Amino acid sequence: MQLHELIKQDIRYKEALNACMNCGMCTAVCPAAEFSDYDPRILLNIVQSQDDDALEKLLKSDYIWLCGQCMSCKTRCPRGNVPGLMINVLRRYSQELGYFTESRRGRQQYALHKVLNGNVLGQGYCIVPEAVKPELHPEQGPVWEWVYRNKEELYDRVGANLHKPGAGVLRQIDSGSLAELQAIYDQTGATEMGKKIEDFSVKKAEQLGYDTDDEDGMEKYFMDVYQGKI
Amino acid sequence: MQNLYTVSKDYRKEIADDKYYYARSCIRQNFFPGSEVTFLNILKKDLDRDVFDDPKHTTCTGIAYHSDVIPFDTIQTVVARHFALMSENGYENFIASCVTSFGMYIEITETWKHFPEQLELIREHLKKATGREFMIPKNIAHTSDIVYKYRMRIAEQMKYPLVNAKTGQPLKVVDHIGCHYAKMFPDKGEGGAEFTQVLQGMIKAWGGATVDYPERRHCCGFGFRQYLVQANRGYSVSNSKKKFESMQPYEPDLIVANCPGCAMFMDRWQYTLNEMQGTRYGASDTMIPVLTYEEMAGLVLGYDPWDMGLQMHQVDVTPLLDKMGVKYDPDGKYRTRTGRPIGSYTPQQSR
Ligand code: SF4
Ligand code: SF4
Repeated sequence: MQLHELIKQDIRYKEALNACMNCGMCTAVCPAAEFSDYDPRILLNIVQSQDDDALEKLLKSDYIWLCGQCMSCKTRCPRGNVPGLMINVLRRYSQELGYFTESRRGRQQYALHKVLNGNVLGQGYCIVPEAVKPELHPEQGPVWEWVYRNKEELYDRVGANLHKPGAGVLRQIDSGSLAELQAIYDQTGATEMGKKIEDFSVKKAEQLGYDTDDEDGMEKYFMDVYQGKI
Repeated sequence: MQNLYTVSKDYRKEIADDKYYYARSCIRQNFFPGSEVTFLNILKKDLDRDVFDDPKHTTCTGIAYHSDVIPFDTIQTVVARHFALMSENGYENFIASCVTSFGMYIEITETWKHFPEQLELIREHLKKATGREFMIPKNIAHTSDIVYKYRMRIAEQMKYPLVNAKTGQPLKVVDHIGCHYAKMFPDKGEGGAEFTQVLQGMIKAWGGATVDYPERRHCCGFGFRQYLVQANRGYSVSNSKKKFESMQPYEPDLIVANCPGCAMFMDRWQYTLNEMQGTRYGASDTMIPVLTYEEMAGLVLGYDPWDMGLQMHQVDVTPLLDKMGVKYDPDGKYRTRTGRPIGSYTPQQSR
């Protein structure tokens, strides 16, 4: 199937694009356009051109990974287009086809998948305090470091129920609910998607000379994509 | 006390009165755990509302979705599970503590309206994966909508208004709404994306004044992958820097945020920018304290700042407490309820 036909299969494509008239309103309000070499108007132009070569190039580039998903473009577009939603469609196919490993920002999906899906399936949260390690988050400052080091007492002090059964803030999610999350992942394609991200990433890591037979090799690849070294 | 403004009828939203199913926020629980505790206390004790806090509820997976590591069908089915839990427990009104989640709940229910076959597919997914069936909520609101709805009742019980206790002047409050509250579906946010009322309504009802600065509607810069991946954080801090520079001439006393992520960034990036370039954005070279709306409501009602977790902020809130004339125990800040010190040292807050 041609690439431009393939991406139309995503239900979000229809919601994201109703003929762009190139007015640039979205670009004017887009923070990613302000702070990086990105332009939602140009993005939709490439998509609406239906030029498969240009599309493939786009899916292999850093470009689609620059959007910040704020959806400010949605409020402003006089045609009801949503460049930020088209981004989700393009990122999906970039990953399904393995194109994401061709760009530095695309390769970061490996780290995002490992951390976020690990947290969701392991603990039932997207973010848990343990994952915000002060050494990886210097911007969080000294108070967070203190919170991190004294989690049990501090969360208890403010009325949370950290990692304990029952209701409340940061409670332990019961095993039945975690099993349901896993079953939803299996049923709806998230497990398969995660596997694709991992397989393509291992292949890329091999190409780049990482020792992927060794656990430390992929750990190093993780840190290098997370810190933008490769 | 009367209401001091009107909202265009195109942007008035239905907000249920009572009987809420509560969906917690990953980010709020991590960084502002006391805010969720405070919210439930206000609802149950001060407003006498029925709200169900379900241990079986999980992440909505919104951060994973906006970081593009799960398919759209997955988040729809996780959300459908939450709706199932809501109906199984006899509730019809769904309230979310997170702006990202709220945006997703609206996005998903709107998608189902436009594509009924998608709704059927998700029903099937949920049934196969969990055996559950679900109803779409009668009403979906963000938790700030509930505080907004009852702002005048809170005003009646107010202990410390948003007023400088020494001068009697209203505090100058910057409100930060969070993009996914109304930018995606303006008619689902009170006042729409342009003149969003949800925080303004609280601020005015409680005696404060809002600051209308040029970048008021600008994103805080979370950007999901743009913050979560260390290499991309320049994007995130640049967004907040632009906002701080734009609000600086107005000398705000306080920033209040609707979205938990935004509240965290507005707090932490002030510290980071100071470390990077020595800048501060408040009056007389000070930093601007940042509150969640639950913390703001709690202070107004006279809740103890340390019970609410205000010691977890990087930017010190005590100058604000002093300005408002709030009575608090300075020694209790880094201690347990029984007075034992938490940790072997006290952390360095920023001012
Ligand atoms: S969602 Fe993406 S494309 Fe749209 S305004 Fe935000 S950063 Fe720009
Ligand atoms: S605002 Fe809409 S019509 Fe204008 S360039 Fe952007 S997507 Fe196209």
